Amino acid sequence: MLHAVLSAATEGGETQSPVIPELYDIVWSAVCFVIILVFFWKYALPRVQKLLDERAEAIEGNIAKADEAQRKAEAALEEYTAQLADARAEAGRIRETAREDGKKIVAEAKDQASSEAARVTASAQAQIEAERQAALVSLRSEVGTIAIDLASGVIGESLSDDQKAKSVVDRFLADLEASEATAGGKK
Amino acid sequence: MFVVARAELHAPKQEIALLANALNLLVPMSADDGEFHGPSIAEFFPGPLLFEGTPFEINRIMLVRFIAVAALILVFWLGTRRMRVVPGRFQSLVEMGLDLVRVNIADDLLGKKDGKRFLPLLTTIFFMVLFMNLTGVIPLLNIAGTSVIGVPLVLAIVAYVAFIYAGVKKSPKNFFKNSLFPAGVPWPVYIIVTPIEFISTFVIRPITLTLRLMMNMIVGHLLLVLFFAATQFFFFTAGGWWSLLGVGSLAFGLVFTLFEILVAVLQAYVFALLTAVYIQLAVAEEH
Repeated sequence: MLHAVLSAATEGGETQSPVIPELYDIVWSAVCFVIILVFFWKYALPRVQKLLDERAEAIEGNIAKADEAQRKAEAALEEYTAQLADARAEAGRIRETAREDGKKIVAEAKDQASSEAARVTASAQAQIEAERQAALVSLRSEVGTIAIDLASGVIGESLSDDQKAKSVVDRFLADLEASEATAGGKK
Repeated sequence: MFVVARAELHAPKQEIALLANALNLLVPMSADDGEFHGPSIAEFFPGPLLFEGTPFEINRIMLVRFIAVAALILVFWLGTRRMRVVPGRFQSLVEMGLDLVRVNIADDLLGKKDGKRFLPLLTTIFFMVLFMNLTGVIPLLNIAGTSVIGVPLVLAIVAYVAFIYAGVKKSPKNFFKNSLFPAGVPWPVYIIVTPIEFISTFVIRPITLTLRLMMNMIVGHLLLVLFFAATQFFFFTAGGWWSLLGVGSLAFGLVFTLFEILVAVLQAYVFALLTAVYIQLAVAEEH
């Protein structure tokens, strides 16, 4: 190659070879290199690196933010679900209580009603019994009086003697009752 | 890794052949026709403008390099001055460029940690080569800053120092042993392997880095000059029916201009990538 270049150079009437460096060539090349190296090293690349870091940070920040939001949303959802489940359980409990309360109220009402009915029945019976007794007593004295009057009319004499009249009436009534009792027994 | 290394060993040969062909084609043509001003290697050594004879001599190509450096710093200063988390159009573009080096070269080959360590170096190499390559197709500049050996050589030396530094820092005792005496080889084979490894690792690498870049740019420039000079010649000197040929050469010139843009990006990528590969091989536990 050197041969080709050198022959070309000599044919062109030049003695200078392109592969032999001149001192000024090296000096200025080195100066250019150092200027560019320092520029990139101290100015341009640190700025680019800073930018890349910022960009990475921004992206990471956004991802972190998104993660945070996601986490919050999930937590909220969980909370709502838990609350919903609580509410359902609460409602169920309340319903159950209400049903039991209702049953209890119905039972109480039934009890009250039946005892009231029993009481009413009892008092009615007592009243009836009392009235029957009263009626019996008054009937007995009435019947006695009527019988005495009737007997006085029949026998024509006044059964003035109370003691006597009373014993007669009693006997009569006793007979009547006895006859009724036998009649009832026969029936 | 070995595929890359082998490809890299073969690549210069092709480039050398290409250069030789190009020069062989060019030189006779320029000699045949007295009026035709073909391209010559002298274009890469223009006359000095300032500080003649001192180590700080400035000629046209040095000025082109300064312009490339200024453009690079302007673009990346504007692009990184007020960076926003949500980027605008220009910032996206600048970030895309920086990401190409950061993600596709540094992180992919070296991993996060080493990638970060060598990122400034790789970024500098990539964009310095890219911007100085692109001056080759920019009107009025019209020559690549990397087509003179200084920049490729300096960057190759930087890459060389970087991968040796990385290897020595990683395993101070074993770096040269691992490089020169690959494990798993029976000892008599070292007689052959060690010189080959020495030459391929410590001699060939910087040379190929330098020459690949420089030769690509020299050939690219010569081709473009050839096509456009021929167009000029066919149109204005020869004239007549020759103008038809001029249309053809102009079209080729345009196509090769696009091709040169591709080559500019590709060579910058290859240079940075190979630097990363060398560093990666040096810091790898075993070869």
